[in-house]
Amino acid sequence: MKDVITRTAPTPPVSDGVPGETPRRAGAAAGRRAGSRSKPAQPIAFLVPAILVMVVFFIVPSVYNLVYAFTDWSSFKSSINPVGLRNFANIFNNGTLLGDLKVNVIYAVLVAIFQNVFGLALALLLEADTKLNRFARTMFFIPVLLSALAVGYIFQALLKPTGTLNTFLSWMTGADVDYAWLNDTTWTLLWLTVIHAWKWMGLAMLIYLAGLKTISADVLEACRLDGASRWQTFRHVKLPFLAPALTFNVATALLGSMNSFDIVQATTGGGPGQTTEILNIFIYRTFGQGLFAQATTMSLVLVIVISLMAFPTIILLRRRERAL
Amino acid sequence: MSLNRADPARRLWDRLHPVVVVLLLLVVIGVPLLLVVVTSGKTQGEALNPSLSLPTQGWHFFENYRQAFVDGRVVTALLGSAAVVIPSVVLVLVLGAMASWVLARRKSTVLAVVYAVGISGIVIPPAVITLVLLLRQIGLAGTLPGMILVYTGIYLSTAIFFITGFIRTIPNELEEAARVDGAGPVRIFVTIVLPLLRPVMATATVLVCLYIWNDVFFAFFVIGGRVDTLPLNLFQVASAGVYLNNWNLIFAYVVLMSLPLLAVFVIAQRRVISGITGGAVK
Repeated sequence: MKDVITRTAPTPPVSDGVPGETPRRAGAAAGRRAGSRSKPAQPIAFLVPAILVMVVFFIVPSVYNLVYAFTDWSSFKSSINPVGLRNFANIFNNGTLLGDLKVNVIYAVLVAIFQNVFGLALALLLEADTKLNRFARTMFFIPVLLSALAVGYIFQALLKPTGTLNTFLSWMTGADVDYAWLNDTTWTLLWLTVIHAWKWMGLAMLIYLAGLKTISADVLEACRLDGASRWQTFRHVKLPFLAPALTFNVATALLGSMNSFDIVQATTGGGPGQTTEILNIFIYRTFGQGLFAQATTMSLVLVIVISLMAFPTIILLRRRERAL
Repeated sequence: MSLNRADPARRLWDRLHPVVVVLLLLVVIGVPLLLVVVTSGKTQGEALNPSLSLPTQGWHFFENYRQAFVDGRVVTALLGSAAVVIPSVVLVLVLGAMASWVLARRKSTVLAVVYAVGISGIVIPPAVITLVLLLRQIGLAGTLPGMILVYTGIYLSTAIFFITGFIRTIPNELEEAARVDGAGPVRIFVTIVLPLLRPVMATATVLVCLYIWNDVFFAFFVIGGRVDTLPLNLFQVASAGVYLNNWNLIFAYVVLMSLPLLAVFVIAQRRVISGITGGAVK
């Protein structure tokens, strides 16, 4: 039993990286046609519970969001009145809307870049199936398991002006380094994205490793015999095979980090001077102040922005899925 | 095999490779983890400025962990986390598999739209503030069932995406044969479809567990202050100022809350890894 699981787990049936292998699906379609005369083989009732939960706990709140963003809902009074676009005007005029949005998009893009560069580098470094590499893969996966909040606290300690990193840098350079990594209005955002990428690079690495596994040994051997350099082999042989993994990793990193909160909250809380305030930090902060309408407005902004970014991504993912 | 070209650069790299791996491992993973463990064994005074140096005033593991255990209410938090994670994952898997079966096997424009909306939740975040409002209206705010249903709503998308994709790759003949033999849909689903879904269910379980176990954002809004979970309590004790600069206690708590998931990972490592990679790269 256990054997069957471990053997089938890494690669679902149609998984040899061969696109367009469809005869099985054609057979399935024929089967469906034959069965459609009587009652359907898969009753719609099976779909109902999932739809119900998603409608109530996902779609209804989103519809509410569309309504309450245009009201003066707060914890300070019991009545809720429509105020038109005032909430949007407010956060636009005080610069929070564009400021936080800019921070959030920069954050997401940098995380997507770092997470994939780190993940891919680790995958290429640990590609060979040696004992040391297997151990290293396990260790690099540990941050993925840690809570992002805990990761934030760990790096807050590491990056204190008198922390471990500065001690090390002082020892290396001989000078006294007391740079405040998490209190720099220009660069702290960058350091936060590196921390975020550190936390998730193990997952990206695993997915790239799985992608590398789909390349047959013969192809790599042929490259070697033809005298292809490391770079040529990577660029022209490995990279094309890694395309699906790249799509998946970039999409999830980009969209996932648009919606992040924990690491920033645990390291800077949005500071210094709101230079690392991503949208969820604003939502958390204004909700705590009882300004529900403002929080709702920003929540709507977040949903809209992510949807705009997600639309092309979902189409991409679906197209890839159909190709398999 | 014998065509081993004696490329000097390649041979040098083969020599250097283990050194590079070990160094990278020590710096990138070893230092942060060591900092946590060492600091969690120091007195408060020594832990004020967390560093890798060993404590000069002796190890204080027992006192620190005991205090973190008590102040962070680790037992209730652990039970709370389990009470949230387990039902959520079961609901996500069962409802997700049922829905995916229909979405994968039947074809119609309506179902295509349902599928598109269904998986949109993978990337589109729930409207968290109005979610709280809705929970208040239906009397589930601050309750365990409310939290479980919220997580189910959020992660059903992920499950439906993976499971639907998987079902489309398995042939329909077995199900058809059972149908011809007179088996009803429930029986076919339970005895034929579900067992075949094991690999993809492993993927969904791992991912959903990871997300929910470590989530603090949605938990804060839905059950913050009412139900204890491990990340919520870490958040609370670290930000409430109780542990202000008490890095020894913060890190003792970090170790305590990370242990369950690390233990599961060590025990089921191969299945966790194959679960993740099997689902992501088809």
